[in-house]
Amino acid sequence: MSEITVNEAVSQALAEEMRRDPRVVMFGEGVATKRRELVREFGEKRVRNTPLAEGIIAGTAVGAAATGLRPVVDLLFAPFLCFSMDEIVNSAGKLRYMSGGQFAFPLVAIAMTGGGWTVGAQHNHNVESWFVHSPGLKVVMPSTAADFKGLLKAAIRDDNPVLFFVDLALGFEPGEVPDGEHVVPLGKAATLRAGRDVTLISYAKTVNHCLQAADDLAKAGISAEVIDLRSLKPLDEKAILASARKTGRVLVVHEASRMCGVGAEVAAIVAEKAFDALKAPVLRLTGPDAPAPSSYVLEQAFIPQPGAIVEAVRKLVVPAFAA
Amino acid sequence: MERIASDTRPEAMLECMMLIRAYEERLAAMQAAGQAAGTCTSVGQEASAVGVVRALGPDDRILTNHRSAGHLIARGADPGRILAEVMGKRDGYCKGKSGSLHVSVKELGVVLTSTIVGGELSLATGVGLSHALLGEQGIVACFFGDGAACEGIFHESLNLAAVWKLPILYVCENNQWQAYVHRKETMLGDRISEWAAKYGMEGLTVDGNDVEAVHAAATQAIASIRRTGKPFLLETYTYRLRGHYEPDDQSYVDPAELSAWRAKDPIDRLRAKLLTSGTLSETGLQQMRQRVAAAIEQAVAFAAASPFPDTAELTTDVYA
Ligand SMILES: Cc1ncc(C[n+]2csc(CCOP(=O)(O)OP(=O)(O)O)c2C)c(N)n1
Ligand SMILES: [Mg+2]
Repeated sequence: MSEITVNEAVSQALAEEMRRDPRVVMFGEGVATKRRELVREFGEKRVRNTPLAEGIIAGTAVGAAATGLRPVVDLLFAPFLCFSMDEIVNSAGKLRYMSGGQFAFPLVAIAMTGGGWTVGAQHNHNVESWFVHSPGLKVVMPSTAADFKGLLKAAIRDDNPVLFFVDLALGFEPGEVPDGEHVVPLGKAATLRAGRDVTLISYAKTVNHCLQAADDLAKAGISAEVIDLRSLKPLDEKAILASARKTGRVLVVHEASRMCGVGAEVAAIVAEKAFDALKAPVLRLTGPDAPAPSSYVLEQAFIPQPGAIVEAVRKLVVPAFAA
Repeated sequence: MERIASDTRPEAMLECMMLIRAYEERLAAMQAAGQAAGTCTSVGQEASAVGVVRALGPDDRILTNHRSAGHLIARGADPGRILAEVMGKRDGYCKGKSGSLHVSVKELGVVLTSTIVGGELSLATGVGLSHALLGEQGIVACFFGDGAACEGIFHESLNLAAVWKLPILYVCENNQWQAYVHRKETMLGDRISEWAAKYGMEGLTVDGNDVEAVHAAATQAIASIRRTGKPFLLETYTYRLRGHYEPDDQSYVDPAELSAWRAKDPIDRLRAKLLTSGTLSETGLQQMRQRVAAAIEQAVAFAAASPFPDTAELTTDVYA
């Protein structure tokens, strides 16, 4: 084990996969400028700066993926994905199917999002569920340095287009990462803390908030299980249902706004398939239906905080504990 | 097994244009009779398809758009399998999951057909990058319309291809129409090839209704790409003689303009030339017509006999 930051974990994953497979290339606005170490090791053919044009960056990745390369593109901030939607959704997500399976699109699109840097709504918008809703795409959004590394490596090796969302606030977050080869399979949730009374399901930075809330809840005698989804598509339905059945109470927490968010899907899965085990309705604690503000105070208020998670859990469990 | 067609004799190109025309007219008739879905035909533009595609080599790749039957047939695709695709049948090139608007045939190097106007332009640079990085010999031909040249991605694509020196032959089939809007309503210039110079690449406009001229221009452009590694923008100036999407009564088309372009029909022109020069005899022409008619009957029979896909196919091929 070594302790490294999330950003270092991402860099390690990129370098290791480029070393392992000469078909892996990386490009985007400023990629070659910011990742000098990759340019030094792999050359300027494989690591490239691009013009400021997100449509053609994504489209180039899609065309290259279909014809033998395994591109990783950095599309910077998630709201800029709006300029790449056609290429990601209509081409990467659909052309395999529309061609009757003749092509595969092994590519990774990296984008940053989330509050913490007070960058405002045109740099911070948790749009991950848009892509979850689109066929043919996979979506991951890790919370720990180890998962950033392991999931990025798995994403690069996957034969499908993967949206890899980086929660801005986590970049400098340190974490233990196993030495040597470390790959985390897509589609597997992680149980970060076992518990009996309630399940907290989350992803990205709010996983940490759930862990803090679980500490506080433990002091109050409430045992919370914390599940980090890590992959939003494929979604680990088995892990969600097993925990829901175990605790009978589920709170889903994410920074993205509520309506049609990932939490809605998790709640629906639990309601459809573990209804008999539920002791209370599934609750969601999410960001509001508002653009992300810039002011630090408002930005923090946007994000579900540990205190709010504790309170929501109390609503879920108090009737039972009082009885 | 698919076979890439490569015959560039004028009479072979004539027969190919006749086959494309017969295929599309038959398809339009089937649509009118309720036997097939609507489709975008390339009637009047056959010289552009045949002239360019027959200038390509076996290692070259093609990206195309919603008006692709000419490109596919010129490359050697089987009209029966294209028709089966249009009819949603199992033996279509894409198992019936594409329909007429996005037929790709990987084996023939026809990759990534998109009906998103400009989609092919967004993907071509990636295919070009693969060719450049994986040491592949071939170049990439990307067909698009004058309407697509109004999309921002046209400019993004040309700029990136020029900056990265990608081996791409951009082929703008300027057929004067963008669905139901005349090109003159959407742009002030008359020559899309003029954009090329601003991006630092060569551009050329050719009479898109003269298959030999198109073939010569494409051959020259491809040679330049192979020599310099740089992209090239070739504009084939032509006309869409049928409507945008069948059925289409063309009530919005100026009859004088339409008849002026009918007089320049690329098939009539080459046929007259070959008959006059003696390259083709009346008997030879008759035999050609018979071969084309037989090929169409065979295609229709094949597509009709092909079963519909099993409904289990609904969710296959989504993920690799
Ligand atoms: C992004 C997008 N916008 C609009 C359409 C609808 N549409 C399909 S074909 C077409 C006209 C395209 O004109 P052009 O690029 O000149 O090609 P042509 O049809 O003339 O061959 C339009 C508007 C579409 N398919 N995609
Ligand atoms: Mg047009």
